[in-house]
Amino acid sequence: MTTFEENLLAEVADIHGVPEGAYNIRKNGAAAGRNTTANIDLVTKEDKPGIDIIIKPGTKNESVHIPVIISESGLKDLVYNDFYIGEGADVTIVAGCGIHNCGDQESAHDGIHTFHLAKNSKVKYIEKHVGTGDGRGANVMNPTTIVYLEEGAYLEMETTQIKGIDSTVRETEGVVGDNATFIVKEKIMTHGSQYAKTNFKVDLNGVGSSANVISRSVAKEDSKQEFISRITGNNECNGHSECDAIIMDRAVVTAIPELTAANVDASLIHEAAIGKIAGEQLIKLMTLGLSEAEAEEQIVNGFLK
Amino acid sequence: MLELKNISYDVEDNKEILKDINLKIDGGFVAITGPNGGGKSTLAKVIAGIIKPTSGQIILDGEDITGLTITERAKKGISYAFQTPVKFKGLTVKDLLKLSMGKNASFNEECNILSSVGLCARDYINREVNASLSGGELKRIEIAMILARGTKLSLFDEPEAGIDLWSFNSLIKVFEHMRETVKGTIVIISHQERILNTADRIIVLKEGRLIKEGTKDEVYGDLLDGIDSGVCDRLEENI
Repeated sequence: MTTFEENLLAEVADIHGVPEGAYNIRKNGAAAGRNTTANIDLVTKEDKPGIDIIIKPGTKNESVHIPVIISESGLKDLVYNDFYIGEGADVTIVAGCGIHNCGDQESAHDGIHTFHLAKNSKVKYIEKHVGTGDGRGANVMNPTTIVYLEEGAYLEMETTQIKGIDSTVRETEGVVGDNATFIVKEKIMTHGSQYAKTNFKVDLNGVGSSANVISRSVAKEDSKQEFISRITGNNECNGHSECDAIIMDRAVVTAIPELTAANVDASLIHEAAIGKIAGEQLIKLMTLGLSEAEAEEQIVNGFLK
Repeated sequence: MLELKNISYDVEDNKEILKDINLKIDGGFVAITGPNGGGKSTLAKVIAGIIKPTSGQIILDGEDITGLTITERAKKGISYAFQTPVKFKGLTVKDLLKLSMGKNASFNEECNILSSVGLCARDYINREVNASLSGGELKRIEIAMILARGTKLSLFDEPEAGIDLWSFNSLIKVFEHMRETVKGTIVIISHQERILNTADRIIVLKEGRLIKEGTKDEVYGDLLDGIDSGVCDRLEENI
């Protein structure tokens, strides 16, 4: 691996050298390292690109890293990863993607991840997207995440896209069963002429099911962002979505909330706020000796922390 | 030493918020008081560089700082605690103390600063400075940031405003402690008698003018007469 590739791995999956536990590293559309454990199996799909990640019931305190890196300009990578989480398991899954594009052609990674969480299982899913490279070729990522939560299951998804991705359309869908919980925390920063669209769709089907979708984003320069969240409450449930965006320069941010309550005991809330950095926040940090640009940077970094 | 020379500040419609203020502040604990709308907060913002005066000069240790920005004045040693503390989504107490000190603080330093405003570092250091904190907690953190900077001039704009009685009592102790330990100049805008009692000098502003200046004994006698005059007859009847 080159230094660029190693840096990308460290950035998207916090991997330094050989990771611990189960992992599968995909580089430029091909396998570049794999490790399984007694409880976690990784099986290459035969009908299409991608792997099945099978986690045995009751597996605790283990992690799976499945980072993807692309360093060949012009490569278009499509991958299907299916996760089967056994009953009562409690695991952390890290699935970052980094593109280093120093050529003139568009590089793309479309990851389609489907999670099947069995009864009372728990997953923390961390996904980071990073683009680097000084070529004129665009970095494109279109991740799709589909989550099926059985009774009492819990999935918390942290998704971060801080820099270098020129175009992204992220689809996230959740089907939430009885007393199951789906939490999504999204952080996005766009600059230049980047475009990021987020599409959340959550069906709260089970009794006592709940969903909490929180998006924090910063749009700079001429970038554009769209945030669409659709939560449907089909049973006694709690749904909450929140879009909080800082807008700078000539950027455009659109937030479209859609709530459908199809049961009298469904309780659904949406909050959306878009605005520039408050002047008083800048002034406060300037009275501590920061320049206006430094103050702006601190506020943005804190907001996306 | 801070010196204000002929400071005036007008807004639209020729309304004068500050009228020809001349003032020298040279060390110690100075309280600025007077009726609401008298120009106290405006004066503090003029000193901190947040408001540019229409005319006049601000001199800090012999240097004319009238044209300097907020940042430049902060670097020259002026600190300003807002009357209404600013909330930040995502920034923690630790972040703000670090920015105030201009370096990473040790836990011991953080603990010293926070405990002097009555907060336990263990409970607060990683809290976000957002709406989850009460008014009293935000106020203490605002003051902690000024203590962390430890500059030669610290301005506090109504530190007692919006806090409960219990917080107020410990706040008074904070200022009494500061008075004993801080070598620089402390300027506090306040209506509170207990804060005024602690001050070495009191300055009274009314309708944009400096109407009285001196020690507590010099100012106190006519302070109440001075600031209550001008109340309309109907209001006076109803008081």
